[in-house]
Amino acid sequence: MSTHSPRLTLPVGTRDHALGPADAPVTLVEYGDYECPHCGRAHGVVRSVRQKTGDRLRFIYRNFPLSKAHPHAMHAAEAAEAAGAQGRFWEMHDKLFENQQNLEDADLLRYAQEAGLDVGRFTQDMESHAFADRVQEDFRSGMRSGVNGTPTFFVNDVRYNGGSRVEPLLSAIERVA
Amino acid sequence: MGKVEIVSAPPAKATSLLGAGDVAPDFSLPATPDQRISLRELRGRPVILAFYPADWSPVCSDQMGLYNEILPEFSRQNAELLGISVDGVWCHLAFSGQRKLHFPLLADFEPKGAVARAYGVYRDGDGVTERALFVIDGGGVIRWSYVSPIGVNPGADGILAALDDLSREKEMAR
Repeated sequence: MSTHSPRLTLPVGTRDHALGPADAPVTLVEYGDYECPHCGRAHGVVRSVRQKTGDRLRFIYRNFPLSKAHPHAMHAAEAAEAAGAQGRFWEMHDKLFENQQNLEDADLLRYAQEAGLDVGRFTQDMESHAFADRVQEDFRSGMRSGVNGTPTFFVNDVRYNGGSRVEPLLSAIERVA
Repeated sequence: MGKVEIVSAPPAKATSLLGAGDVAPDFSLPATPDQRISLRELRGRPVILAFYPADWSPVCSDQMGLYNEILPEFSRQNAELLGISVDGVWCHLAFSGQRKLHFPLLADFEPKGAVARAYGVYRDGDGVTERALFVIDGGGVIRWSYVSPIGVNPGADGILAALDDLSREKEMAR
């Protein structure tokens, strides 16, 4: 039986949303879905891992909305990207994960207001689905890279097959740091 | 997909894992209580066989759920996806309905696991199939196979790469 450790097919680059230094020795990429409860739990895990690793870690988030299972996931992802276009990706990202039960379009608009976005521009971007292609691009890159559910993590471009908990994720990071 | 007659009884003998170049053993299995699907009727287009241990995997984004999301990509390659487990048709029906799956789940239920055995992916002690993938070309020949560790969802990258190879070949043959 062969072991299968797929690698990222779309390299991390300037198109990505990143937290942490670009020259950090370890890059952690998450493919996630804002309506997935496992990703909701992983959100806290990533936060702890980032606190513990500090400047040694760069974190990247990409969208992998499972739209058939999660009817709000696609719009939520578009909302995060629309916020990203206004320089507020992470504010929206946090709000979405902290409010997974409330992801109706009206909720998204409220989060946009709370995040201090230009609401007119946000509304327009949501109505025209300005960032749907971008979300699809994330999704397709994930599909080609061996994303096998959400969340799926990659540590320095190699798929991480352990549990979405602090300890195993930390040790996977420490192994390559 | 219409109602299909049983073309042949699936071979019951266990074999080792079939791989690239092997002829894909034909089968006819129930997809619903009143419909069967045979491999032969899908000749002419690529077929993806996804053997999986059991319906009702505990995570929300399980393997079948993932393939359901990726279905448009498989369709783009004109490929047909078939999920197969030893669960019965009524179990499949409930599972498929609850997860809103848009592809057939076949019941390798009686004789239990016969098709899985023919492909070399039955787990004797456990009474379930391996988590195994096969990509079969339009001529009924296996082009790629993969057995994942039973607890690891293999994702879709291997399937997509195998389908890419098939498309490229077709382009070059033109």
